[in-house]
Order: sequence, then structure tokens, then C-alpha cells
Amino acid sequence: MDWQAFALTLKLATVTTAILLAMAVPLAALLVLGRSRWLAALEALAALPLVLPPTVLGFFLLVLLGPRTAIGRGITSLLGHPLAFSFVGLVVGSVIYSLPFALQPLVAGFAAIDSALVDAARLLGAGPARLVFSLLVPLARRSLVAAAVLSFLHTVGEFGVVLMLGGDIPGATRTLSIVLYNQVENFDYAAANRTAAILLALSVVALAAIYAGGRRSGGRYA
Amino acid sequence: MLELVLNAQRGSFRLQVACSFASDWTVIFGHSGAGKSTLLRLLAGLDRAEGTRIALDGCLFTDSINGVWLKPGHRRTSLVAQQSALFPHLSVAANVAYGLRKLDSARRAARVEEMLALVGAGDLAHRRPQDLSGGEAQRVSLARALAPGPRLLLLDEPFSALDGAASDSLLVRLERWLADNNVQTVLATHDATDAMAIGAEVALLREGQLIAMGPAIEVLAAERDRLLARLGSN
Repeated sequence: MDWQAFALTLKLATVTTAILLAMAVPLAALLVLGRSRWLAALEALAALPLVLPPTVLGFFLLVLLGPRTAIGRGITSLLGHPLAFSFVGLVVGSVIYSLPFALQPLVAGFAAIDSALVDAARLLGAGPARLVFSLLVPLARRSLVAAAVLSFLHTVGEFGVVLMLGGDIPGATRTLSIVLYNQVENFDYAAANRTAAILLALSVVALAAIYAGGRRSGGRYA
Repeated sequence: MLELVLNAQRGSFRLQVACSFASDWTVIFGHSGAGKSTLLRLLAGLDRAEGTRIALDGCLFTDSINGVWLKPGHRRTSLVAQQSALFPHLSVAANVAYGLRKLDSARRAARVEEMLALVGAGDLAHRRPQDLSGGEAQRVSLARALAPGPRLLLLDEPFSALDGAASDSLLVRLERWLADNNVQTVLATHDATDAMAIGAEVALLREGQLIAMGPAIEVLAAERDRLLARLGSN
């Protein structure tokens, strides 16, 4: 069992989920409450990773963050090393790749909230930040949990982006999905079975937690 | 003095009103679909429309020609709708306290207690909105709207879930409080008895147009005759 890859996978998924929630909550609120005509374009752009092949996304990021572009060269001179083939590069890739999985449950959850409640809060002087944290987030708690769990699991299971952008560097970019692929390639099916079992168990436990939480709370607001 | 020039298009419906409300209480009377709620939402700043100018006592809320627009929370205007819209995850007391962020906690608690007492809901402070009856929820919604001390109070059929006697006694207390606190009130209703009970200036709205304005007894004469005829025929 490759504990280093296991720890790295959990670390990547945790960091990615935290960044995604911090980004997706305000973005979802903007999409639901905003009136600008540009929001439709923004929503489409945010949903793009859903249909884009992961290898394509990984390739674009590899080129963008590499020495061929000004952005890549700028980051390299700033950090002293390129973002590609590093843990931070993987985080950037994972955040983009899993964004729809954090955003869409939140958009659905916020949109389901009665607009009369939002009007009431605005009339009582709530600005955008208070609206989000005192009203939207507490009323869409289940959506927030779903967004967190889906982002986490989607990051744990990603393969194409990781391989393209991260390569296969132990301790830096070798995640469990890559380990599984290597084990199969080496015909080590016993080890591959154990790795696959861990990935399966993570998914089942997390999904069971979402559904059990929803059942226990009984209602939308409880 | 509330001055308004409204010109709003909503699909095939057009609201076109230019008038000023000078008395402390104005009742906007009209059947459903006459444009009462649209008018109140424009006053509150919840909706925007071209060709709109709204000013209260010389303070400009909206002037679409000169690009003036105060946000809903900055107009000192409260709206109580038929739907009480209480925040379901907060207790009654926390609902009433929502608009009182600027007060320290002791003064906030005192204000919440005062407002709940005013609407006759003092014993509901620790209840959840889900556990309230329709009438109780409307009282709490009114207390929440009054708590921040508005200059303009907009009421959109807010007493529909209260029975007649309860509604009358609440109205008496409310009228006194609003007069003491210098709050101008606009009440929208399709119920002629509500409109006449208050005895205020009445604006008659029909299909988005203001067709009459004046004392209730004059403007609602036809409605009054109709009600009396119906009572007489029973």
C-alpha cells in the first residue's frame, strides 16, 4: 500500500475542496442574485470542465503554465520553479476541473430559496456578504455539504488532468489514481485491488454521509 | 409627502402613475392585477423601471433620468407583504432583530421586546416561524419591518390572515404608533372594508392607472353602496 500517495491524494482533495468552496459560494450567489447579462456567459464558462475531456484541460494548463507563455514564464520567475509537475500546479488543475461540481449544487440550492426572503433581508439593510452568510448559506446547508463532498470525491478520482499536468512524481504529484494505473500496468492485480478498494470505500462512505445527513435533518431548514 | 412618477412595463401590463401622497395614511385600493404590488415594489426599490421618479419628503429615492437609485436597505422603507417571509432558520426574536445590527445587544433586545409587544406577539419571541399560525406570522413580520424605525411603511394586504376583531385592535395600536413615530404609510388592499376602516386618503388604481384620489367616503362610494346592498339583501 502506497501511504505516501494516499496522504497526497487526501491533501490534494482537502486543499482543492477548501479553495473551491471559498470560490463557489460567492460565485453561485452572484449567478443567482445578479442581473447582469454577462452572467449567462460566466455560468457557461464555469460549466465547461464538465464536458471538456480531462486530458484536454490538462494539456491546455500544461502549455499555459509552462515556459511557452508569458503567464507560465511569469509564474516560474516568481516561484523559482514552473507550476507544472508540482503539487501547487495540481491544485490549480483540480480547482478548475472540479469547479462545476462545487458550483452546480450551490446554484441549485440558492435558486430554490424563496425570493421573498431575499427581498425581506435586502429591505432590512443586508448587503451582499450578509445576504450570503446569514441567509443563503444557512438555508442551503445541504447543498453546501453536497458541493464539498462532490468536489472532494471528484478530486480524489481525477486521473487525466493529474497525469498530464503533474506527471508521476512520488510525494509531489503521484495520487492514488496514478498508483492504481501503475499497478495495473505492472500486472500487480493484488495491489491494484487494494488501491481500488480504498478509492471505492472513500466514495461510498462520503455519499452515505450525505444521504444520511439529509435523512436525519428531515426538512430543508432543520 | 411622497411624490411618485411611475412608468413600468411588465409584459403586456403597464403601470402609469403620477401623483403625490400627502397624508400620513394612504390606501391604494384596487382589484388583484391592478398593479398595487408592482407599485409597492418600485417604492421599496426591489424593482427598477425606466421613467421612474420617487421622492419622500424631498429625499430622492429613484430618478431614472438622472441615474439616481437608492438601494432597498438605504431608503428607510419597510414592506410587509401578505406572505410573511420570515427567515425559517431564525427564531421570532432573531427575525425581528435582523434589521437592528447597528444597535448594541442590550438595546437590540429591548427594541425586539417593544416591537413584539406592539403587535401583540410578546409571548412568541422564542418560537420558530414554522410553529406560528398565519396570523401570528403576519404580526411578527410587521414587528420585524417596524423595528429599524422606517420613515415609510408599505403594507401589501398584510392583515389577510388575521380575523376581523384582531385586525381592528392591531390597526388601532399601529395607527397610534405610526403617528407618534412620524411614519408615512401606504397600504395596498382589494378589501373595501379595510380601506374604509382606516378612513385615510384613498387612491383608486385600475389596470395600472390611477383613476381617483380623495377621502375614502367619496372615492369608495360605489364600493360602499355595493357592500351595503349586499348586507341589506341578506
